[in-house]
Amino acid sequence: MPTDKKNQKNKRPVNADLDHSPKKAMLLSIIPGMGQIYNKRWLKGALIFILFAAFTVMMFEFIASGLQGLITLGTEPRVDDSRVFLIEGILAIIFTVFYGVFYTFNLQDAKKEAQKIRDGWRPGGVMENFRNSWDTGFPYALIGPGFMLLIFVVILPLLFMALLAFTNYNLYNAPPRNILQWVGFENFVRLVTIAEWRTTFFSVLSWTLTWTFVATTLSIGLAMFLAILTNDKRLKGTRIIRTILILPWAVPGFVTIIIFSALFNDNFGAINTDIIQPLFNTSIPWMSNVMWSRIAIIMIQVWLGFPYVYALFSGVLKGISDDWYEAADMDGATRWQKFKEITFPHLMFATGPILLTQYTFNFNNFNIIYLFNEGGPAVRGQNAGGTDILISWVYGLTFTNSQYSMAAAISLILGLIVATFAFFQFRRSRSFKEEGNY
Amino acid sequence: MSKIFERMQKRQFTRKQKSKLEVALIYLILAVMFLIIFYPLFWAFAISMNTTSNLYTASLSPENWSLDNYVWLFTNPRSDYLLWYRNTLFVSTIVTVVTTLLVSFTAYAFSRYRFRGRTYGLYAFLLLQMFPVLMAMVALYILLNTIGLLDNLWGLILIYIGGNIPMNAFLVKGYLDTLPKSLDESAKMDGAGHFRIFFQILLPLAKPILSVVALFNFMAPFMDFILPRIVLRSPENFTLALGLYNFVNAQFSNNFSRFAAGAVLIAIPIATVYLLLQKYLISGLAAGATKG
Repeated sequence: MPTDKKNQKNKRPVNADLDHSPKKAMLLSIIPGMGQIYNKRWLKGALIFILFAAFTVMMFEFIASGLQGLITLGTEPRVDDSRVFLIEGILAIIFTVFYGVFYTFNLQDAKKEAQKIRDGWRPGGVMENFRNSWDTGFPYALIGPGFMLLIFVVILPLLFMALLAFTNYNLYNAPPRNILQWVGFENFVRLVTIAEWRTTFFSVLSWTLTWTFVATTLSIGLAMFLAILTNDKRLKGTRIIRTILILPWAVPGFVTIIIFSALFNDNFGAINTDIIQPLFNTSIPWMSNVMWSRIAIIMIQVWLGFPYVYALFSGVLKGISDDWYEAADMDGATRWQKFKEITFPHLMFATGPILLTQYTFNFNNFNIIYLFNEGGPAVRGQNAGGTDILISWVYGLTFTNSQYSMAAAISLILGLIVATFAFFQFRRSRSFKEEGNY
Repeated sequence: MSKIFERMQKRQFTRKQKSKLEVALIYLILAVMFLIIFYPLFWAFAISMNTTSNLYTASLSPENWSLDNYVWLFTNPRSDYLLWYRNTLFVSTIVTVVTTLLVSFTAYAFSRYRFRGRTYGLYAFLLLQMFPVLMAMVALYILLNTIGLLDNLWGLILIYIGGNIPMNAFLVKGYLDTLPKSLDESAKMDGAGHFRIFFQILLPLAKPILSVVALFNFMAPFMDFILPRIVLRSPENFTLALGLYNFVNAQFSNNFSRFAAGAVLIAIPIATVYLLLQKYLISGLAAGATKG
């Protein structure tokens, strides 16, 4: 309690020190810690000074050589590893950003405290100060470990990828044997000017978009149809029906896709031998014909994708009040009108943003493309298979063709598409609106 | 009078008939759906019970069924199944513990404290959650290769944890936001410290969402195939999904029955958990993303 009393006393404007200048404190803090000492926060000022001095001494050389390495990417083949130079360069940038943030933090802290002192506030004892900084620092300590990990595991690779797109890293020019060069936008230019790359890029891009749209929309359509059917009150045993319809969602995806890829096999797959051949006396080249492969993949994805949406939809349908439909019946509405005016808007309003995530999910649905037939069949005149979507093409370029820079350039384009899409989703999503207030 | 009554009765009768027909039609459609859903699953199960490893001669009738493939997985010295199981358990356990801990800390800070940079931090998390780690696979491959964590379970663990944080942190933050603030404020009045409020008040209340997050993180490595495929190289480091894929990848028709047996063994427990917890998983995940 005595501290409280002291605080109250301190708040009296009698103590106001009009000569204490916030501007001066901030200017002094250009040498970190000095402004705090001017504010008579001796311990804090000394600590800040020591920390900054240590950081500068220890990191200066790393940052300087890192940034320099980022520009040259190494000079001696076999000795300098351009990849390491890239990584160290990115780390140097990250540390510089950190340094900048803490530096401005230090400036603002000195200024703010000086303002408070001018208005009559006096720093308390060491213990009280310590408790105060523990209070303000606590949330940062909580976020710290997760944030650090995020920087090294997610942000660092993303930056690395972005930089790779502007180098010439491929099978024939690979560190540590060779030194990488910065090539500017050459990879992107090649993507649209060299015939093989251009045809591949545009055919893969158009198939990716078609695939995303068709596979997702069909799943949603089927889910909606089944949800409306099973919402019928005349039906018995709906609980078990629902559980069975959700079953494909519960089985691990890679297992089902591998099973399907065996079922669809051209020669011995059960779909050809048991269904198509007896009925039509022919067999369909599911794996070796581009069009049939695409049809098979879309069908499999509908099988995999509808249950989740179905579960969402049937939850929403259960919640629609009967009053709506009774009122519609009174007005003599047809079934189609009831669906169009009541059911459909309810479903879309409740699940719209989640349905969008279904589209983004399929856009990057590597699993099904790769596990079905590794993006095949091969197509003449292009270096991607007939069912390859952008992300599986990137995989192929990385792991079979060793075209690392090209793969990175395409990843970057992929990222831009996702980011644009995410931006719209972002603006609509509830969490964004809630958080926008402060 | 009676004529009208008769006609009404007739109309009612036809309406009833029509309704019955409709219901029958719905059941028919559902029956077709069930067939489509069960056929591949049943087929895989039947193959797993076949002794012949050849898909040509495999039979779906239960006459010659045996558990040979299952026995082979567990007892044959050439089978790595148990090793893969152990690897997956190792990865899953560490990922679950570390992720749940980090995520609950992060979510607590974002939900209960107003600090400078909070809004930027939230935006960063929202943005990062949109980009799958997979998108940076070129970089991950080269990075891990350069620092020597390629073909190493720790490399995999690191990527899993880092990639999981943003989305899960949002899930937990959303849940903590719904808990009344008066709880921790009154505890603060009573002199409870930051950690005490977190561990003794919020954490017990957040148990439901944390268990979902933990469970989900635990199961993910059992189902994920791509990241292990990128990171791991040698069979003794494989996780289950990757190992099973290699059964069919190496010689497609030869080992399919073994793949099927191994797949049944992981699909049954996972499917059971998913079906039991569908309510939580579907509504919880609806906030962030989908299973993938």
